Amino acid sequence: MRFVPVTCEQRERMLASIGVPSVDALFAPIPDEARLGRPIALPDGLSEVELAAELEALAAQDVSGLVSFAGGGCYDHYVPAIVDAGGSKPAFCTAYPPYQPEVSQGTLQAIYEYQSMVCALTGMDVANASVYDGATALAEAALMAARVTRRERVVVSGAVHPEWREVLRTYARGGTIEVVEMPVFDGVTDLDALGGLAEGAAAVIVASPNFFGCIEDVRAACACAHDAGALAVVAVNPIMLGVMEGPGALGADIVVGEGQPLGNPVSFGGPGLGIFAAREQFLRQMPGRIVGRTVDVDGRPGFVLTMQTREQHIRREKATSNICSNHSLNALAAAVYLAAVGSRGLAGIARACLAKARYLHDALLQTGRFEPFSSAPFAHEFALRYLGDVASMQAALLKRGYLAGVDAGRIDDGLARVVIFAVTEKRTKAQIDAFVEEVASL
Amino acid sequence: MSEVAARRDLGRLIFETGAPESACVEPPELDVPDVDPASAFGDAVRQSPLMLPHVTEGEIARHYERLARLNFGVDTGFYPLGSCTMKHNPKIAERACRLDGFAGIHPYQPEETVQGALRLMHGLQEALAELSGLPAVTLQPAAGAHGELAGLLVIRAYHESRGDARRRVLIPDSAHGTNPATVAMCGYEVTQVPSDERGGVDVAALRDALGPDVAAIMLTNPNTLGLFDENVMEVTRLVHEAGALAYYDGANLNAIMGKVRPGDMGFDAVHINLHKTFGTPHGGGGPGAGPVCVTQALAEFLPDPVVAKEGDRFSFVRPARSIGRLRSFSGNFGVLVRAYAYIRGVGGDGLAEVSEQAVLSANYLMARLKGVYDLPYDRSCMHEFVLSAARLRRAHGVRTLDIAKRLLDFGVHPPTVYFPLIVDEALMIEPTETESLETLDAFADAMLAIAREAERDPELLHGAPYTTPVRRLDEARAVKEPDLAWRPRTPDAHEEA
Repeated sequence: MRFVPVTCEQRERMLASIGVPSVDALFAPIPDEARLGRPIALPDGLSEVELAAELEALAAQDVSGLVSFAGGGCYDHYVPAIVDAGGSKPAFCTAYPPYQPEVSQGTLQAIYEYQSMVCALTGMDVANASVYDGATALAEAALMAARVTRRERVVVSGAVHPEWREVLRTYARGGTIEVVEMPVFDGVTDLDALGGLAEGAAAVIVASPNFFGCIEDVRAACACAHDAGALAVVAVNPIMLGVMEGPGALGADIVVGEGQPLGNPVSFGGPGLGIFAAREQFLRQMPGRIVGRTVDVDGRPGFVLTMQTREQHIRREKATSNICSNHSLNALAAAVYLAAVGSRGLAGIARACLAKARYLHDALLQTGRFEPFSSAPFAHEFALRYLGDVASMQAALLKRGYLAGVDAGRIDDGLARVVIFAVTEKRTKAQIDAFVEEVASL
Repeated sequence: MSEVAARRDLGRLIFETGAPESACVEPPELDVPDVDPASAFGDAVRQSPLMLPHVTEGEIARHYERLARLNFGVDTGFYPLGSCTMKHNPKIAERACRLDGFAGIHPYQPEETVQGALRLMHGLQEALAELSGLPAVTLQPAAGAHGELAGLLVIRAYHESRGDARRRVLIPDSAHGTNPATVAMCGYEVTQVPSDERGGVDVAALRDALGPDVAAIMLTNPNTLGLFDENVMEVTRLVHEAGALAYYDGANLNAIMGKVRPGDMGFDAVHINLHKTFGTPHGGGGPGAGPVCVTQALAEFLPDPVVAKEGDRFSFVRPARSIGRLRSFSGNFGVLVRAYAYIRGVGGDGLAEVSEQAVLSANYLMARLKGVYDLPYDRSCMHEFVLSAARLRRAHGVRTLDIAKRLLDFGVHPPTVYFPLIVDEALMIEPTETESLETLDAFADAMLAIAREAERDPELLHGAPYTTPVRRLDEARAVKEPDLAWRPRTPDAHEEA
């Protein structure tokens, strides 16, 4: 495929106008010793027909369309048709970040509305335009808490997704924060152990629902953080906020989350979006882009990127983060999704997930193949201990067209035989019954 | 008429559309026993009213169509935004990433069920290794800045593994703001290195700045002035002699494909912005992707995971002394699919043409404009160049911002302005290879017309733009009176209605 519209004859004219004999002359500053001196060793280009066939063949090597009970931070919710129709328009896709607000009101207003919806969901005052994903949102929250409190130690619950905790440790390699983990008891954070750990900490970080799907005592965790002078950081699942209280009302200072469940496909784990919201008093320490509403010179309403003195292009090494983008298209999809489902729809979807997860949980226990992992209440996801070999169980069910949960032992060595099941509104009773029957027959 | 419709409801929010009883998508009828959330969640159950919009599908369709019409994208018109490589985004790539075999696979599916995705990722790793001249590749970083973080943490881990504690990173004064911000996140200090009179790294100043505590230099070449640094081999040699490593910001890779590779210039690590060079859409801010390529010596420190090939089977592996994960799962896969599609479609021969045409088009525009606008470094440029409006400012009180805003009235997106910081009243112009000569000429004509307007009627420029949906916005007010989220005036009334 070729996307260069300039013709050979035009190239000659352009060279003449520049006053050089050849295109090569323009590359004269490249020292000889560094030059490639051979063609690029990649296959020649393809026509669109050939390319489409090759990509379709690659995609066909993947097994899609499985009946999925897998979650673990990436969820198979229904994506309404309006999400792609509204959010993937070329004028949104092919635009740069909205640094010229006069011709970027579409992106800006859409992101302002996204921020508004995130505030509504989380019960927080301010939200940014999104960051890369939930895990990096969590790491950024820890760095922000360290700036706010001028402390270094962050205390993270061992029930936070193992990959998110690992990302936090990677971000800590720069030496600006130190990460300590809170023990887990019966599938939830052991808050009795928190008191001592929180002392002198910058942040206390919990997720609810947590990696095991269990509901944490967010109010108590926040109170414990505040008693120690730390910020309370709470990770959420945005769908479940349809029926769960926003952490803002429970004492959270920063709320983060993975926004993929809101209208974004699973897409092998990316791109999703990192939800990031905070109390207004911490606004100037927030990372990432923020859109604000204002007026133009004629008094017409309009939107701009604002509070930019926090950001790298102004503040350089003193910026609140090096982030220079947001997951704008994914945030747009999330906004269209939330508009499409509305308050009642989101509550209904969350409630369906809750009921179906409970239904599957009870049915799986009845097969006698599992034992409980936790006695804590759970939302749309739950962990069970399998009384056999998880890998062969999953392989057998895969052959029958099921993605039988997430093998937690593959993600965290300490969780051997623990399987985490997620159930979305897409799963029907018939599918769940058939799945349980297959499990029972193993 | 459509433009009129788009502007009529300017600023009207989706929250202010529709009626409380309206809905677009309802969940299906519950087919299992209901569970009362209050019984499940106790005091974590939602008690505060949830204030999301209530609209029909038709209202949503119109709302976002209206917003799209207020936007300017590459599909709208010329977008010569320097350092951003706003080239055409191929449509086949948009279709490819939506194929069910790509969009519909879960990150924790067994590897034998995602061999197509892994094969694609491996193929992209190989292509990037060939283009960068560096053998080991991670596709994990979600953006260029995220790639910088990965690269610098890898460099830090390398030094630490040798018991070599270093604390400073050198950055030229022309560098992008993410470079120093990344240095700070990695716990290093920034030492700025001045540019010489030709716009390159001042080698004498570099010698002075180097020392046993320097961990790395971060460099873009061609640099943010659009100039290729002829001393680059000397620069990387001096850096290595000091025991430091050389990091290459791949923002400007679109200039050099087929001509020279970062690895061959002596760089140890490079991030590549797939959303620039490989035509994946910028999306009004993202998602992009910022894969990192490194030398064999750094390979064992790369973030987890990378894709490995054994026989005909592909799998994720964790490098031996990995810095760990930098995000959840394996990367912005949807963006990787698009970039792979671009590289396969355009091909090795086509990529070489891409860089040649990008450089030719930039030089052509520079030649057309340099008599009227100041050219601070008068030598052939690479894929972009930087002009200065300093003379127009002195003579007529017209600033770069005024020129940028006036360009909007000509139907052109302005270049990058006030960057790099070392050029007064900078205008950074990158036409890319996907623009026709006719488009380039129309832009040059507009720039020349604006220069004449500046002479004749500076006030006209101060007031620009005039034809856009909104005119200049009050940014000071946005900061002084932050309005960052819509809130219902009377929440109770909204809920009861």
